[in-house]
Amino acid sequence: MSDLDATAMREENPSTVSETMVIVRSRDVRNRVIEAVLPPLVALLVSIVVGDLLILAVGQSPGAVYRLMLEGTWGNAYGFGQVLYKTTTLICTGLAVSVGLRAGLFNIGAEGQLAAGGMAAALVGLALPVGTTAVIAVPLGVLGALAAGGAVGFVPGALRANWGAHEVITTIMLNFIVLAFLSWLVSAHLRVPETLHTPPIHAGALPRLSVLWNGFHGSAANGSILIELCAALILGWYLFRTRGGFELRAVGLQPDAAENAGINVGRTWIRALTLSGALAGLGGINFVLGYERYYEEGFATGAGFLGIAVALVGRSNPLGVVLAALFFATLSQGGLAINALVPKQMVDALQGVVILAMAASVPEVRRLLAQARGKR
Amino acid sequence: MSGMMSGARSTAPIVRLTGIAKRFGDCHAVRDASLEVAAGEIHALVGENGAGKSTLMRILAGISPPDAGTIEVGGRDVTGWTTAQAIDASVGMVHQHFMLVPTLTIAENVILGREPMRGLAIDFARAEREVTAAAEKSGFRMNVRQLVRELSVGEQQRVEILKTLVRGARILILDEPTAVLSPPEVEELWRVLRALRDEGGTIILITHKLDEVAEISDTITVVREGRTVARFPTAGTSPASIARAMVGRDVVLAGDATIARRDERVVALAPALDVRHLVVSGEQRQRAVNDVSFTIQPREILGIAGVEGNGQSALIEAIAGLRSVESGEIFLDAADVTSMPVSDREERGLAHIPEDRHRRGLVLDYSIADNLILGRQRSYQRRGGMLDRTRILADARAAIAVADIRPSDPMMPARALSGGNQQKVVIARALARETRVLLAAQPTRGVDVGAIELIHARLRAARDSGAAILLVSAELSEILALSDRVAVMYGGRIVAIVPRSVASEEMLGPLMTGASA
Repeated sequence: MSDLDATAMREENPSTVSETMVIVRSRDVRNRVIEAVLPPLVALLVSIVVGDLLILAVGQSPGAVYRLMLEGTWGNAYGFGQVLYKTTTLICTGLAVSVGLRAGLFNIGAEGQLAAGGMAAALVGLALPVGTTAVIAVPLGVLGALAAGGAVGFVPGALRANWGAHEVITTIMLNFIVLAFLSWLVSAHLRVPETLHTPPIHAGALPRLSVLWNGFHGSAANGSILIELCAALILGWYLFRTRGGFELRAVGLQPDAAENAGINVGRTWIRALTLSGALAGLGGINFVLGYERYYEEGFATGAGFLGIAVALVGRSNPLGVVLAALFFATLSQGGLAINALVPKQMVDALQGVVILAMAASVPEVRRLLAQARGKR
Repeated sequence: MSGMMSGARSTAPIVRLTGIAKRFGDCHAVRDASLEVAAGEIHALVGENGAGKSTLMRILAGISPPDAGTIEVGGRDVTGWTTAQAIDASVGMVHQHFMLVPTLTIAENVILGREPMRGLAIDFARAEREVTAAAEKSGFRMNVRQLVRELSVGEQQRVEILKTLVRGARILILDEPTAVLSPPEVEELWRVLRALRDEGGTIILITHKLDEVAEISDTITVVREGRTVARFPTAGTSPASIARAMVGRDVVLAGDATIARRDERVVALAPALDVRHLVVSGEQRQRAVNDVSFTIQPREILGIAGVEGNGQSALIEAIAGLRSVESGEIFLDAADVTSMPVSDREERGLAHIPEDRHRRGLVLDYSIADNLILGRQRSYQRRGGMLDRTRILADARAAIAVADIRPSDPMMPARALSGGNQQKVVIARALARETRVLLAAQPTRGVDVGAIELIHARLRAARDSGAAILLVSAELSEILALSDRVAVMYGGRIVAIVPRSVASEEMLGPLMTGASA
């Protein structure tokens, strides 16, 4: 009966209980941080090893290739500016996919939404009188990009909520429709002869970062990165601090429980996919308002799909998405830099390896951590 | 600890577990469990949910290896054996959730994995002959050509038992076998188990129902918090002393608790819930709820008795607004809510304790605090859409204290709580705003004895403060302990509604299986 007494004593000693509680909590927080940070690191390690093998296979030295890659990206101001430019678009598509995932939806349509956002920003710019100040023109362009991307995102949301059409299918298919429509719009109505782009905007637009510091001269990095970083901050606030985010995440984690709590699941899906599309659309301003000041076909081909990888590696967390976007942008720019030594396609293969390693390492790391804790 | 083995029979035990320990991550499922089972007895393994009974038996059946301790079967040390080895040594386990293929026949299910072959083809004729012979030998009456999906739950369970017997099981482990059975089916199961024992078979029965323990077992071992804490011969042991060993303190048992005090209603009030000719479709276009009508007054508990799967879930979900209604009306305080969304019904004072708390009741990855406000997040919204975290935490702390939720940390994710404490969260939330009508579906399922007491007390308190409660429970004892009136549901219809004073297990049992009133 000694067990009985021990139990009774434990229960009668509240201070011990609360102390254990505190320890349990701080350990809980630490565990959660480890679970969030470890998988990307493991994935990175795995891809470096695989990358070494790939480089060796084409007869080059991994050290030389990586050095060249670093020099071409973080090693000089122009390269870093290009990395920032690519990061900007990837933040948007990464955030877009993340919002979907938080609501339990897989948005594969960021590619089309991004293009629609870019086109809307261009149309707004072209409609404004020549010389309109950037203080007015940029917010209007941003609104246009958000609205167009949101409209493209709304469609699969409504299809899912009302008719149960699966968003993976509808968003993929919508990419073809949207891109074909935009292509027709450009070639039939807006094209500058001999090109695939619209006339340039003469209203105010976003400044290049080279305005701030001359070192960025020649690179495409521009002020839209600040807008996208703000979008990441606002999204984090929305998801984790507001009622709307509370409901959205509840629907994503447990739709049946959300429904039982009186949350309209269908409407939340529509809201999430519209928001997702709007964020992807916002990515369009990077090229259109920040870089070339016109819409060009295929201005960000692949950035929408790469957004899926960014969201997965960033664990659908806005801060994680920003870091993952920076990482994938570095890889992408680095691919150009190492072209002299190895084929550029090798970097594409490496991106694939990162994604596979990430997908495999999340559950695997969790299992190993659980085992390690069990043994301790 | 040495005294607890005094009840063992003189014969050498056929199963002996010594010092078994097993942990999953940070959770010690089994800490120090020792068990001796004599050959030819029915041995009940009792304990609260989460005490470690199932884990211990899964270790014995070779499903997971123990971290420490030894397993002996028939005097042989078999520690860490595999399922296949356990089956070879004639140890078989019937799980709580059946593992049958519904589109195959009984015979096909029984031979699955060990099919008799003729050339490259399965010899179905031989399979049917063998399974029929085995069924007859064990006293099962069944047509082995029948599809499993056409069988009742009780019949499916018999197929599961037959499967283990055909594989040669002499030591049969049953995990909560009566959870899904009606009283007559339970009687049938007892008959089968007694016959097996009388032929020399050994049976280990996992359960938390004390009346079953008293009726069927020869010996009892009590598990609490992963430890085997007591062992009794069934004869001469009172349910109260078993319950005390399970919980570690005195308990008021549901059966002898206060009989619902007010049988006949004092005044005829307007009904709080009025359901008229309700028809609700099931999954396969059949009528899950077929022309059901009833009313519940304020301050009244209407208990719906019935074997699971007779339309109770569809009825509750239709009233809650989670499932659309084919025809009929639902009135809440005289207002027609038949086609209202869930949130509007909740605003009118409808609360719901769902039967599946993991799927419907909780967002498992949300904290206790967030789960406590789920559905009421609007009232915690400040200007600009922000949630008022300070108030959420303060209210959560208060609710945790009132409902005695453990651990008491409001930031703990709901996933980390025991079943009983998860249910306390669900109930605390349901009763947090003024409740006119409470739908309580299986409110104490998978909840330990200590928490059952608390939950029953809260339901009675809600009733006494004016709520109308619709209670659905698979436990007849729970229906009888709480209800003011008892309805019986069978095949989607309400076949009888009687006042508590005339309801008894003997009277309700036949109605639950479709015998006419």
